[in-house]
Amino acid sequence: MRLVISLLSGALFGAGLYLSGMTDTTKVQGWLDVFGQWDPTLAFVMGGAILPMAVAWQLTRGRRPLSGGTFPTPARPEIDRRLVIGSTLFGMGWGLAGLCPGPAIASLGFGGVPGLVFAAFMIVGMRLAPGLKARLDRAVPAE
Amino acid sequence: MQFDWIMGLIGGLLIGTAGAVLLLGNGKIMGASGIIGGLVDGSARSEARERLVFLAGVLAMPLLLIPFAGTPETNATTNLAVLAAAGLLVGIGTRIANGCTSGHGVCGISRLSLRGIVATVFYILAGGLTIVLFRHIVGVI
Repeated sequence: MRLVISLLSGALFGAGLYLSGMTDTTKVQGWLDVFGQWDPTLAFVMGGAILPMAVAWQLTRGRRPLSGGTFPTPARPEIDRRLVIGSTLFGMGWGLAGLCPGPAIASLGFGGVPGLVFAAFMIVGMRLAPGLKARLDRAVPAE
Repeated sequence: MQFDWIMGLIGGLLIGTAGAVLLLGNGKIMGASGIIGGLVDGSARSEARERLVFLAGVLAMPLLLIPFAGTPETNATTNLAVLAAAGLLVGIGTRIANGCTSGHGVCGISRLSLRGIVATVFYILAGGLTIVLFRHIVGVI
């Protein structure tokens, strides 16, 4: 049951990333490039994606997931150093290559060498992250 | 080009539906960086199979659609140094922030999570400034 749901969700995610054009790095960079030739597509993708998700969050109220367990609760503390520094680093990489983790996987099968190089280094980065996170916490004592 | 926004909207609705299926079905947040990262750093061993199945779906579905809708161009840079730096930054950043465009962006904003909104503001600002610096000033991307 869990595996079928995961596969269905992954397939829908892959189809959405492919059809929306988000595997095209020029569309992502074009959206970020407000001083160049601005491409609004990403805003429609984000808006389109948020609609069904907002309905889904409403449907979680007073219910349980189909395959059991509980729904995730929001993380605490809400805003911390990790969130701000991590998101800034992510944004820099996102702007540089026009790729984020979802589209990097969705385009792995047809993106050729550049996609493979990006994905390989992304995985290295994910491997390094826990150690860097611990150093970040030590560098400045927690508030 | 003039139909791009329609395809964007249709694709976006599919992405949101994917997130809804994973949330209502398995009680999980559809965050690409978290799903990959948990496999990479070994923090999600008990869920490894369902995560791998999810990623297989993400990777395979575009390949199944290519015969009908064509092979899209990724137009990615071929500058290996830029790709390597970008990959590292995305890998490290998303795991430190505990989310990316799908987790913080789509799933966070849709529940009006302050964390999701703040993360999204920071990665969009950082991405925009990076484009200004490296495209319009340095000229490498």
